[in-house]
Amino acid sequence: MSIDFIGVWIAALLTLFIFSFLYKDNPFYKFAEYLYVGISAGYFAAYYYHNVMVPNLFVPLQNHQFDYLIPLVLGITILFRLFPKYSWVSRYGFAYSVAMGAGINFIVYLQANAMQQINATILPLISLEGGFNLGQTISNIIIVIGVSAGLVYFYFSKPHKGFLGSTARLGIWFLMISFGASFGYTVMARISILIGRMQFLINDWIKPTIALISGS
Amino acid sequence: MGITERLANIDRRIIFLFIAIAVIIPLLHPIGLPTKVSPPVEKAYQAMEGLPDGSYILISADYDPATMPEIQPMMYSLLHHAFKKHHKVIVMALWPQGASLAEEALNEVAPLYDAKYSVDYVNLGFKSGGSIVILAIGSDFSEPFPKDMYGDPTSEMDIMSNIENLNDIDLVIDLSAGDPGIPAWVMIANARFHRKIVGGCTAVSAPQFYPYLDSGQMVGLLGGMRGAADYETRLNILGTATAGMDAQSIAHIVIIIFIIIANIFFFVEKRKKG
Repeated sequence: MSIDFIGVWIAALLTLFIFSFLYKDNPFYKFAEYLYVGISAGYFAAYYYHNVMVPNLFVPLQNHQFDYLIPLVLGITILFRLFPKYSWVSRYGFAYSVAMGAGINFIVYLQANAMQQINATILPLISLEGGFNLGQTISNIIIVIGVSAGLVYFYFSKPHKGFLGSTARLGIWFLMISFGASFGYTVMARISILIGRMQFLINDWIKPTIALISGS
Repeated sequence: MGITERLANIDRRIIFLFIAIAVIIPLLHPIGLPTKVSPPVEKAYQAMEGLPDGSYILISADYDPATMPEIQPMMYSLLHHAFKKHHKVIVMALWPQGASLAEEALNEVAPLYDAKYSVDYVNLGFKSGGSIVILAIGSDFSEPFPKDMYGDPTSEMDIMSNIENLNDIDLVIDLSAGDPGIPAWVMIANARFHRKIVGGCTAVSAPQFYPYLDSGQMVGLLGGMRGAADYETRLNILGTATAGMDAQSIAHIVIIIFIIIANIFFFVEKRKKG
């Protein structure tokens, strides 16, 4: 039995330990859960040290690039969050991060998620591209009505009565349909993860183990 | 307690058991249910297929082992397609474990097409910083990636000799499991540098990216295991996503049946209580 296959056995048993929670909480599940949390924390600490801290900070400092002392100091200020008496020092590090993030994202976010999306919603109600296109016309009408009704639902400056109330209710219907679609996709994702684990258990663990035992 | 009330309060472990059976049996005995390639996946396929041979493709592996069943088959299929078309593939990662998962796929697929490392493909590895990294490669690849995943200088590689920044990339593909991921690539690589983007994501996040597809900010989308299976179908590959689609379909049918039964019992009980 190779080292890799011992790894497969460990992974398979830990998978079964985690699945055992579906029956009820038990010591095997707890063991696997704590092991996962501990190993993840250790793995990421070591990974970030070697792949982020060393190449992005320690190596430049060793090469006398002393401007890297600025991010080092700002990073250390964030650690002051751990000491309540001096936690105000952490504001400098956070302020830099927030300002930098806002500055970089503000324009591109507005451009990509607001302007271009608004542009994509302003559609002809009758599509005549390459002749009359019924499917595209219906699609455009649904998008225009859906976006308008959805926006009216989130307009709270006037009571939702009369025409405004009816449109807001239509907006709720569109929102519910989109939530339903999102939930359907979520179910699909969770089943996919289950399928992935089952494929591992069947193809990488059970079948090779049977082959090993039977000597084939 | 009547039978409807008892069934309405059925032990959830029985439902788990049904789902497990619905998943396991099709995996052991595939049915081969037909799949039809969805339009967003067809668009993604055409985006790659329509490029002249030898084009430069950038794949960002922004995912981790938790999302492997959905996204790793996409990586395999896209690499098959890219190498089949003799495209040059540059892989990078904004997620720590993405680079290793991409490496696993590259090591398996590249030899099938005699693709050579540093000539036909390269793995630049992981770089932290999210959108800052995308901004940086917008002006110069060598700035965030002076070395590849193995510590070799990228400036000495054949594949990088014609690449200065994002403007030299013909197609950007982001395989994303969250943040940083598709929104960052659309906001910077598309909105700012006008690159064509194809996205691959988990099914959970797929609905939020359809608006990018409708607006033309993305030229193709692979959503979840279904998206990966569609791409495999388009390439005539029998991958793990296609193998899982029977189980996916049967599990969905079981869930729909449970939802219908639960609703019937709910309304029957409601009527009884007046």
